[in-house]
Amino acid sequence: MSDSPIHPIVMPKWGLAMKEGKLAAWLADEGDQIAAGDEIMEVETEKITNVVEASEPGLLRRRVGTEGTVYPVKSLIAVMAPSEVPDAEIDAFIASYEIPAGEDDEDEEAEQTAFMETPSGRLRYAARGKEDGEPVLLIHGYGGDLDNWLFNIDALGEWAKVHALDLPGHGQSDKSLPEPSLDALADAAVQLMDALELEAAHLVGHSMGGAIAGTIARKAPGRAQSLTLISSAGLGEDINIGYIEGFSKSTSRRELKPVLQELFADPSLASRQMIDDLLKYKRLDGVADVLAALAESQFGGGRQKNSITDGLAGTDKPVLVIWGAEDKVIPASHAGAIAGASVEVIDGAGHMVQMEEASRVNALIRAHIAG
Amino acid sequence: MARKISMRQAINEALDQEMTRDPTVIVMGEDIVGGTGAPGEDDAWGGALGVTKGLYGKHGDRLMDTPLSESAYIGAAVGAATCGLRPVAELMFIDFMGVCFDEIFNQAAKFKYMFGGKAETPVVIRAMVGAGFRAAAQHSQMLIPIFTHIPGLKVVCPSNAYDAKGLLIQSIRDNDPVIFGEHKNLYDEEAEVPEESYAIPFGEANILREGGDATLVAYGMMVHRAMEAADSLAKDGVECDVIDLRTLSPLDLDTVIESVESTGRLICVDEANPRCSIAADINAQVTQHAFGALKTAPRMITPPHAPVPFSPALEDIYLPSAKVVADNVRSAMAA
Repeated sequence: MSDSPIHPIVMPKWGLAMKEGKLAAWLADEGDQIAAGDEIMEVETEKITNVVEASEPGLLRRRVGTEGTVYPVKSLIAVMAPSEVPDAEIDAFIASYEIPAGEDDEDEEAEQTAFMETPSGRLRYAARGKEDGEPVLLIHGYGGDLDNWLFNIDALGEWAKVHALDLPGHGQSDKSLPEPSLDALADAAVQLMDALELEAAHLVGHSMGGAIAGTIARKAPGRAQSLTLISSAGLGEDINIGYIEGFSKSTSRRELKPVLQELFADPSLASRQMIDDLLKYKRLDGVADVLAALAESQFGGGRQKNSITDGLAGTDKPVLVIWGAEDKVIPASHAGAIAGASVEVIDGAGHMVQMEEASRVNALIRAHIAG
Repeated sequence: MARKISMRQAINEALDQEMTRDPTVIVMGEDIVGGTGAPGEDDAWGGALGVTKGLYGKHGDRLMDTPLSESAYIGAAVGAATCGLRPVAELMFIDFMGVCFDEIFNQAAKFKYMFGGKAETPVVIRAMVGAGFRAAAQHSQMLIPIFTHIPGLKVVCPSNAYDAKGLLIQSIRDNDPVIFGEHKNLYDEEAEVPEESYAIPFGEANILREGGDATLVAYGMMVHRAMEAADSLAKDGVECDVIDLRTLSPLDLDTVIESVESTGRLICVDEANPRCSIAADINAQVTQHAFGALKTAPRMITPPHAPVPFSPALEDIYLPSAKVVADNVRSAMAA
């Protein structure tokens, strides 16, 4: 593709389950000069709606897709090419475009997520990217799983060697906790690193996962090359305890929906499918106990009980703190808690800033790790 | 989550996991093992349609073949439940419930009430329901509404393998008598089902599709017809909410009303005969509680008030089709 001046924009694949997506709206016109990061279109899937941004600059020559139409993943939606490429060549490109043959879905899943036995139980993880890339470990938060990195893992995988795990008690990992503490969860993440033969990694943690990353850096400094703390726990005492209790105790769609809406600046992102997936997780035997135990150990009494700021004081690791300005779970005012850290507070995003402003967060992580 | 199994396997797995977890769970019914006193034929049958196959080998005498006397073994299951076991009795066809109505309606459903809350009756009665199986009028009925009429019974009718496993586990753990209807035409339908155990709470309808133009309410096999209709309507720009009730007692009326409040149009699809059906009940309750939200009269799509025909041609038109459902939505949109 690099030797052709014609660059296709295709229906993205966000996560293994995505087979098709609806072109919800065009956000760029034919003839627009597009810069990298400019929004091109909005895509709606069963799980979530998000914008597709240009990965490289160019001239938007042709909009092939129609608004409101559902396209299979990797279908041609638009064509970018310099102005000197004749229209006939664009027509020929569109006429001859074929959806690249996907690997068989089950093979793909087997290749991209796997399980590892650790002293903290059987843990699931996803792996992406280049063997020789910078090692990155993504650690989700309370009640989350590796799909919280849906919009990040592939983008980071373009330059890094990325792993994302399901913490014990979460996602598809064993539904038990060695003990409900940051130390135990940090140990579990390190045990997975051992099993994956990852000597050290750039740790990227979201929410409680940020506190886990900070705990790893304190307990096992040699395992953390840098820290990226996103909407992180452990940087102050405030917590929206209504969110934590609502998440922990809700057993129905009607109870859970308003809770999940608090995760986003745009509440409509809490889709039917997202609520359904979370209910399926919460119904599994053992999950209710895990969530209740963690809620008590981390947020009992309505305050964050554990701080990572002392442990990180004077650290020699580069620390990047990213926050959504409209975070309704942990306030963005905590972002300045670590002296010497770089801080980025992103407008128009909530607690799930890595989903709502994925491209921005991906670029920040890349720049941070590149130093 | 990627593992897909059939509803038959999902029910088998729920029984297996609950028998493993809780030694008080027992399973009884006609031919569920292989024929009483027939050495060498153990595990040969696994029930009329093979749902319990393989369980005898793992759990042995906690599965028992019963005589062909429904009133005797349903009575035994109810009695065992009051004495501390958690029996799952397979009644084969729900059409045979008539001979054990006393045990179910007048005993199991009443014990907690009659004994001032001191008696628990954690019994599950599994039975095949529904038409489309070429099994004629005495083996094809959708008798679920009869059981919803009786206070003290919980009534469940899953539409897919995921729900079947979680609802059956919940049924076994529940301390009240549960009637668990399994649509025989859905046994081979596959869905993604976690290997781990999970329980789906009762009284929590599932929203399978969100549209906003009309509300389709169904349970069991009719959920598939409603979804098929909704898919075809979407091509014409009509977007439906599709609600799978999952449990009929308790009934999640709130989810239905919430949807009708946004769509103003209610279409209930029920495989039961129309009189005193689930569809009639839902329509009456929504009309009573959310009359102001309705833009047009609620519609009820059911078979005719007639026995299920044996003729395949007649049986096919007896059951509500996706086309009839879609036509009703279109007429509701035009009203």
